[in-house]
Amino acid sequence: MNWSIRQPDEPDSEEMRTVYAEQLNAMANEDERIVVLDADLMKAHGTLAFKKAHPERAFDLGVAEANMVGVSAGLSTVGFIPFPATFSCFAARRAFDQFFISANYARQNVKLTGSDPGVSAAFNGGTHMSFEDVGLMRTIPGIVICEPSDPHSLRRLLPQIAYRQGSSYLRLHRKPTQVIYHQSEEFELGRGKVIADGEDLAIIAVGAIMVAEAIEAARRLLNEAVSAAVIDMHTIKPIDEALVIEYAGRTGAILTAENHQVRNGLGSAVAEVITDHHPVPMIRVGVQDEFGEVGTQEYLQQRYGLTADNLVVQAHRLLERKNAHATRKIHARSTV
Amino acid sequence: MNRDDLRKLRRKAAEIRRLTVEEIAHLGIGHVGGSMSIVEILVLLYYRHLKIDPARPKLETRDKFVMSKGHAGPALYAVLADRGFFPRALLQTLNQGGTNLPSHCDMNRTPGIDMTTGSLGQGLSAAVGIALGHRLKRLPGRVFALIGDGDTNEGQTWEAAMSAAMFGLGNLVAFTDYNKMQIDGPIEEIMKTDRLLDRWTSFGWHTQQVPGHDFVLLDEALQRALGEQHRPSMIIADTIKGKDLPGIEGDYNNHNMPLGEEQAEMLIALLKKKEEALT
Repeated sequence: MNWSIRQPDEPDSEEMRTVYAEQLNAMANEDERIVVLDADLMKAHGTLAFKKAHPERAFDLGVAEANMVGVSAGLSTVGFIPFPATFSCFAARRAFDQFFISANYARQNVKLTGSDPGVSAAFNGGTHMSFEDVGLMRTIPGIVICEPSDPHSLRRLLPQIAYRQGSSYLRLHRKPTQVIYHQSEEFELGRGKVIADGEDLAIIAVGAIMVAEAIEAARRLLNEAVSAAVIDMHTIKPIDEALVIEYAGRTGAILTAENHQVRNGLGSAVAEVITDHHPVPMIRVGVQDEFGEVGTQEYLQQRYGLTADNLVVQAHRLLERKNAHATRKIHARSTV
Repeated sequence: MNRDDLRKLRRKAAEIRRLTVEEIAHLGIGHVGGSMSIVEILVLLYYRHLKIDPARPKLETRDKFVMSKGHAGPALYAVLADRGFFPRALLQTLNQGGTNLPSHCDMNRTPGIDMTTGSLGQGLSAAVGIALGHRLKRLPGRVFALIGDGDTNEGQTWEAAMSAAMFGLGNLVAFTDYNKMQIDGPIEEIMKTDRLLDRWTSFGWHTQQVPGHDFVLLDEALQRALGEQHRPSMIIADTIKGKDLPGIEGDYNNHNMPLGEEQAEMLIALLKKKEEALT
């Protein structure tokens, strides 16, 4: 098993928002087209530092997300690369039509960031808990959707998002986040990252919470002599079809893990690839048909089953199905 | 504006109305009313004020125009074709499959369109973004926007209004095509927008209200608006939906209406007569 991973002398966690703001700032130092917009959450996104460094290129629109996205589209038409940000619940629910029409349908270059995804909204509770944002965004033609799992991958992916023509949705876990990757790791937008190889099943996970839980689940499974591959599918759209097909073929069992509804998120995206190209048994771990609620992130992860514990349980269920599937296939062959 | 200028503008307005009716009549249905009410505003901008070069529609330094009431595309297409952004023959393709002239304005299909619009309320935000961009790049081009009664119902328009004033966008001039009709009826019965001037004034804009089919008064208002350096300007133009089309003018049912061959021929003949009288 080949664990790619942070060295002991590197920090074990970093605030994603700090990395986000620092990287935007670094890009803006080199490129006058980079502008930052926010809807009264610059403090939350760490971009007050950007505003200090580039006051003329930071726009706070107040609590008006629809206008923020529309203004971003206007800036894009005259050549800027705008990064508007708000909580993911508002980015997707509140400004969806503006993002759909003024940014995407108009083929503009609006790099929308939605922060505090899913249960990471914690004490803000159900009103602020986005379990549907990826689902909404995924139906926009041609869009790029990216959810980095750790500070280092965010740092590497952000410039690629900036310079890939077209609008995008960055699902940003902004709070202190476990460092997963070694500083030398490279990432490519649209290409999933294989963290650990495995033979019995593949856990395809996304985001800061579920990639870390998937790694932990794979470690526990290894102790039970189950070899699970772990893939960080940081780009949900366009999904890395080739990688999904490869691991469906290699392991014959796919487990997806996301801090989002299982409907129309990563699990659905992977299921579409599997169904079209290489049907194998599959289980999607994520939030079921439910709204969010208030609590600590730890409580909410337990509440919705977004834990390594649940991934291990589901992995065993999946392996049973895989074995039953294999037995059926052998039986079918012998009766021909 | 001298008398000759005025006569030419009025003739051009009649011609644009005729071209728009021909365009819509070719398909037999379209957004007639709201196209007719904005003709003087468009003609004043595109034939007297906008710094544009039809041969170079993407020129960075030129003035920009955002048609927030995107459904009035047909009137703007007539103007753009006449100004030479694309051949007039294209007007006959309005709303046909594969056309570059869709019912609602599309910047990726039609040369000279500066922003894609159609979902009401979104145009002014885009215009604010363009005006901010021009200021950041120190571009000389001014930014013009045209909104309608429907846009005025949308909350986003007022978000945009707040931000334009907050950012002191002296390079932004907006018009309201205040024809006082919406799809379901007169605004009085559907959604009142009375004291509209006061509303914009209270949002921190430089405001004026003028008769929207009077070139002289519109032009004077525009000159004053262009003199504003540190705040956005709103010119509320009192207009008539379906203006200059007998039998259609002033009827709220003219928003999106069928236009039969016989009716179209009658209207085209009338408008032609008007053009000739102004020659």
